[in-house]
Amino acid sequence: MTEKESHTTLELLTFRLADQEYSLDIMSVREIRGWTRTTPLPHAPSYMKGVINLRGTVLPVMDLSQRLGLAPREHTDRNVIIVVNHNDIMTGLLVDAVSDIIALTADDLQPPPEMQSQSGANVVSSLTLIDERMIRVLDLSSIITEVQSTAA
Amino acid sequence: MTDSNDPMAEIRASFFIECEELLEALQDGLQALDEGATDSETINVVFRAVHSIKGGAGAFGLEALVRFAHRFETALDEVRAGRMSPDGNALKLFFQCADHLSDLVRVSRDAGPLPEDETGKLLAQLDTLLGDEGGSAGEEEAEEDIDFQPATLSFDLDLGGDEDTDLPPLDIEPIGEESKSKFLIKFKPESELFETGNEPFHMLRTLDSMGECIFTCHTENLPALDELSPESSYLYWTVELIADVEIAEITSAFEFVEGLCVLEITQDADVSQTSETDAEVLSDTPVDSLSDSLDIEPETPDPAPQQVVETEAEEKKPAPEAAAPLAEKDVKTAQKAAPPAAPAKSVVRVDLDRIERLVNLVGELVINQAMLSQSLESSGLSPHSDAMNGLEEFQRLTRDIQDSVMMIRAQPVKSLFQRMSRIVREASAAVGKDVRLITDGEGTEVDKTVIERLADPLTHMIRNAVDHGLESSEDRIAAGKPAQGRVNLTAAHRSGRVVIEVSDDGGGINRPKVLQIATDKGLIAPDANLSETEIDNLLFLPGFSTATVVSDLSGRGVGMDVVRTAIQALGGRITISSTPGSGTTFSISLPLTLAVLDGMVVQVADETLVLPLNVVIETLTLSKNDVEMVRPGAHVVRVRSGFVPLFDLGKELGYRAPIEDYEGSVVLLIAHEDEGRAAIIIDSIQDQRQVVIKGLDDSFYRAPGIAAATILGDGQIALILDTSDIISNAIGSPGAPQSQNLAGLSA
Repeated sequence: MTEKESHTTLELLTFRLADQEYSLDIMSVREIRGWTRTTPLPHAPSYMKGVINLRGTVLPVMDLSQRLGLAPREHTDRNVIIVVNHNDIMTGLLVDAVSDIIALTADDLQPPPEMQSQSGANVVSSLTLIDERMIRVLDLSSIITEVQSTAA
Repeated sequence: MTDSNDPMAEIRASFFIECEELLEALQDGLQALDEGATDSETINVVFRAVHSIKGGAGAFGLEALVRFAHRFETALDEVRAGRMSPDGNALKLFFQCADHLSDLVRVSRDAGPLPEDETGKLLAQLDTLLGDEGGSAGEEEAEEDIDFQPATLSFDLDLGGDEDTDLPPLDIEPIGEESKSKFLIKFKPESELFETGNEPFHMLRTLDSMGECIFTCHTENLPALDELSPESSYLYWTVELIADVEIAEITSAFEFVEGLCVLEITQDADVSQTSETDAEVLSDTPVDSLSDSLDIEPETPDPAPQQVVETEAEEKKPAPEAAAPLAEKDVKTAQKAAPPAAPAKSVVRVDLDRIERLVNLVGELVINQAMLSQSLESSGLSPHSDAMNGLEEFQRLTRDIQDSVMMIRAQPVKSLFQRMSRIVREASAAVGKDVRLITDGEGTEVDKTVIERLADPLTHMIRNAVDHGLESSEDRIAAGKPAQGRVNLTAAHRSGRVVIEVSDDGGGINRPKVLQIATDKGLIAPDANLSETEIDNLLFLPGFSTATVVSDLSGRGVGMDVVRTAIQALGGRITISSTPGSGTTFSISLPLTLAVLDGMVVQVADETLVLPLNVVIETLTLSKNDVEMVRPGAHVVRVRSGFVPLFDLGKELGYRAPIEDYEGSVVLLIAHEDEGRAAIIIDSIQDQRQVVIKGLDDSFYRAPGIAAATILGDGQIALILDTSDIISNAIGSPGAPQSQNLAGLSA
């Protein structure tokens, strides 16, 4: 970990989706699980992969790449489910692979440029550069809240 | 528990819990009186219940509750003293007062608006009643000894076989003379008195207002300053009072500190050994009682939350009560004083959250055990190996644990039935019928949640029985029946389910009228030929109401269909049977618990699904000639003489394309709410077993047709289907037969 500075340090979990790097605030991550078969829910949106058994509770899992509007992908054994907690709702996010945990300060983050985009409009809250790689920081609340409104 | 540590809030909470029990005892007692009981114990129970509520309410400053309970108590006291007989009218009023008292308790608990009008009305009626009987209303003028005994029993826990039961005889001379008497009062507050926020000064001032007083404060117990504990009580007072009052009046000044002080009142006699009329009557000497109360030191840092609150046990010493929270101190004296009643059961009150957690854990244990046995079996061990034998034992134990845990959630239906007796009273008063509710099987235990969710449908059915089921008194007499109508409410366990029946001895279902209404409302075809049962079942159709006049009571647009939906939501069934001229019976059959479900495990398009077993009527394998096409995409199955709409479950759930060839398909015949039956195609039936219900977090996606989920032995999740929802959705979807046709077809 880098030295503590006067700025608040932010820790991000980075992972790959369709060869791009994304990240989430690590505080919302509960655990990371290997891929298990999901039980599909009838008539669910395509990004809803279904539900899995998380130690006796039923955990809904969504395919994050489809949720962000990326092309659907074949699942391999390397795929993992990141279990996140947002406003006491637990959700599993299916990603290609987890890469790293990075620590940075708020100064390292840049807002994404204003752009027209289709689905997943506001899901990227900021961008940052690590070793010349661009990492997108996802806004969990918009990922999950927008699902809620879709379902309503 | 993350409750606040405010001890007052805890005491308050436990007070209201006690109230519920006291109200229940009150209802029981009144019921017994209504059934002709005349023994003094029954009356005492009723009196004590009201008295204890008053006492507790006083401690929390619930003025309205105290006021009403006090007047109610006064009236009951007249009965207890034999000055008034609990005849029909008085009893009716007492029932109303009991109902109102429970309203007041609830309002006080939830800090809602007080029903002032109702209070006033009932108080006026109580006054009239008391006036008739020549009693002096609003005055507590009972004789000393009677008046105190219940006070000591304030929280009426029956404690069998207590060693301290021998109450010291309260041989106070009867007070008849109206002349001024001299009283000597010794008042020694315990430290609890101060902890509950009482102030001795107010009591002394009350005494002062009664007549001439000489107060003496005794300080000899005061220790040296360095030994003085700021939370202990050292002072006591003696008061010489010369006044024209009765002892009861004096003691009423100390009413709210009963059990919190040592109180001795002597009349016209020397100060030394006379009767003790303190709230701690039972302890032989004041010193004794003081030490008793110190045993449960409130200072003990023991903010134990409410789960342990009630500890009824035989031969209870004060000391073990340290485990109980502060509230217990009010109860303490009561426990010691309880008369040897019916052998008390040992009861522990547990926080519901803890039980929920246990239920969930056991659910996981069951799943885990299933997973373990599956993996052991697949490992190819010999069935006689130690591991397999151990597994068998493990399975048996798991099942036993599961059953036992489910039993914890079970509660007798008594509380529910008592609510219903109130409904009957109110409903019969509203429609001007004389109705008697007879209950049976009150001890039958059902899952707590089931009881809670049964209240509304049952209320509706009881109202229906009173309003529609029973005839008016004139009609009854004309039909040769007693003028008083009867509604029976029974509960019983029958083959792993609970059966609750509501029956009346009214006129039965007027089938021609029902048929007429159903035809008029277009619910059935005019030329439909229905059996009697089918006609009766028309009552369950949405939008059906036989009341020609929309009465105040029922017929508010909430019909029997809502009742049936509610029962089905609980995994139950409801049936009707009726005999013209002699009555109607509604029978509800419910599962014992909501945490597990008897399910049929089926396979559809490689997915494992569970259907509640209670909706499956029968299973069929289709042959070539069974299926007929109504129009493209809409098929029916011929089942014996009827046609049943056919749905492909795989298609309805969006798991696969509809199958083309029905021959050889496995079909389940499903009971469906209004339209009777439906047939659904599945791939295969796997198993029939109990599954543990897991709620689906539908906060961001609610899947249609899915009620819940369960976890299978292999750790996979299987969805539990809501067949009504699936069929309703399928009917609503284009290409499917319309519901109107369905009604005709299935009939």
